[in-house]
Amino acid sequence: MSATALLQAIVDGVLTGGVYALMAAGLTLIFGVMDIINIAQGAMVVLGAYLSYELETKAGIPLLPGLLITIPAMFVLGMAIEFCFMRRVRETERAAMSILVTFAVAIIIEGVLSKAFGVDYVQLHASYVDKSIYLLGFYLPWIYVIAFVLAAVLLVALYALLYRTRFGRAVRASLQNRTAADLIGVNVDRTRMIAVGIGVAITAVGGFAFGATNAFNPNSGYDLISRLLAIVILGGMGSIGGAMAAAVFMLVINDVVAVAWSPTWAPLVFFAALVLVLSVRPQGLFGRSGVRAQ
Amino acid sequence: MSALSAPAPGRARRTRAVVAGLWLIALVIFVLFPLVITDSTATTIAVYTVIFMAATTAWNIFSGYSGYLALGHAVFFGSGGYAVALAARDWHFKGGWDVFGLLPFAGVVAALIAVPVGLVALRVRRHTFVVVTIAIFFIFQLAALNLGFTGGTSGINFPIATFPPATYNNPFYYIALAILVISVLMSWSVRRSRFGLQLLAVRDDEDRALGLGVKTRRVKLIAFVLSAFPVGMLGGLYFYFLGQVYPQFAYDPLFDISLALMGFIGGIGTLVGPLLGALVLETLQQYFTQSVSGTGTYLIVYGVLFLAVILLLPRGVVPSLAMLWQRRRVRAATRAAESREPARRGDMAGVAR
Repeated sequence: MSATALLQAIVDGVLTGGVYALMAAGLTLIFGVMDIINIAQGAMVVLGAYLSYELETKAGIPLLPGLLITIPAMFVLGMAIEFCFMRRVRETERAAMSILVTFAVAIIIEGVLSKAFGVDYVQLHASYVDKSIYLLGFYLPWIYVIAFVLAAVLLVALYALLYRTRFGRAVRASLQNRTAADLIGVNVDRTRMIAVGIGVAITAVGGFAFGATNAFNPNSGYDLISRLLAIVILGGMGSIGGAMAAAVFMLVINDVVAVAWSPTWAPLVFFAALVLVLSVRPQGLFGRSGVRAQ
Repeated sequence: MSALSAPAPGRARRTRAVVAGLWLIALVIFVLFPLVITDSTATTIAVYTVIFMAATTAWNIFSGYSGYLALGHAVFFGSGGYAVALAARDWHFKGGWDVFGLLPFAGVVAALIAVPVGLVALRVRRHTFVVVTIAIFFIFQLAALNLGFTGGTSGINFPIATFPPATYNNPFYYIALAILVISVLMSWSVRRSRFGLQLLAVRDDEDRALGLGVKTRRVKLIAFVLSAFPVGMLGGLYFYFLGQVYPQFAYDPLFDISLALMGFIGGIGTLVGPLLGALVLETLQQYFTQSVSGTGTYLIVYGVLFLAVILLLPRGVVPSLAMLWQRRRVRAATRAAESREPARRGDMAGVAR
């Protein structure tokens, strides 16, 4: 293996890591405010990909402008799911019940998608999906660059929203202590609903990036959610910065192993890294010890 | 209220006799089932159903009593399948009853695998534990795909079972039933033991249990290993019934989630709940796969049903019904007391009693 191939693998890992960071940020945001692990996040990414696909093939709306439609659609869907299902789960048994509720949502999404589209694999296409640019000695596929830039912009926006606005302060307050937030006048229910909406809206962009770089079918959500969960846990649950770092770390490892050893073993190293890190640091790389110990 | 909280000894004995009788009747029905209904489609469904009833009961020994949701029991199921397939091939088994002799071996393999898996996974609590079990599950699936001795994607074939075609399913059915009985007895004795109480203490408040002197890590690990053993045996049986074992099917994420669904719908932490949940859901699932075409409809029905149960009967069917029954009895007892002594209602002596 040459040094260039290794460098190329690292660059690829960082680029795809950016997209995973975005999807994982949505998952960790929902966990942070709701104490709910959204197993349906993977299915929602696939749903977002199918929405983009539908807009492109049926309505003739190209992928990037199509995001202006899919993002609000997913935002509304997220708020609806929070209102109908997530807030009905009792506070004391969130851990197990939330996984089952959101899993049921994932099953329903998968069922609807397989009825509507069948089980054949499809992929999103656009002029910039297949082209590459040559930059500083590396071939970078355009789609990875676009997805990375989009993910970076959205992550910065998300960060600004959470740490620089009044709404963000309300989100963080309800994340830290529901009762105290209630007492100082935060409308916790509404804050949570909007936060979940944002977490799900992000999957529209994730779906665009995932659908353009991978062939997908209604089943693809499972593989995705297992990776996203690994990233979120590794980063420390509820820590958005941690999720970003873990995403880049994992995808770089994944791509380097794929080049240095074999692509078939790469996913195994991905999960082995998680188990290894957790046996040394059970709270994840950036998680605060004891916060979620219950 | 005193009549409810401390029933007369004669009545308790009578209740126990009724419960034992019901278990016996259920067992007799299960034993007679393939002799009465000989249609092979029905007995095939019955084999799968009994296997899942046993697997959910075994899963419940750990997840139900300790409150830790394990979503990686397919590791034990698949490994049991591979253990039996490899042993039968390498030791040249003829195919027939002799392969069933390997099932305890499959159980031991699963239990041995559960020790390191449990040591790693049980370092973390609740949410993280769920995800670690999923991660370990994927490690096993990928290893089975990539390692040489598992036969890669094409898997390993079992020796062909030489049973008469008319009653081909029956040996599988009765072995599954035997493992089911073992699992139920295990679950029952754990529930009644001091060890079971320690597990329940972990479920209710792990830190307090630790403070009161429960060796929580050891208790959790033992329960984890105990629950892996029958699942390994069932894996060996299941894949022998199918005739082959290959990675996507041996380590199937839907198996993980099925156990949790069946357990939760019936009511986890109870003895009857997992049995009932698996009986209803697996029969339904098999019926759907055999009759309704198109997986989409099935998934939607399954998901909606599941959501409805969680949101309407969050503790599962059995505990929710038990609670309703209890409430009715309380109401009936109050009413009876009131009608017996209407004049003394509000009397302090009556309240204290």
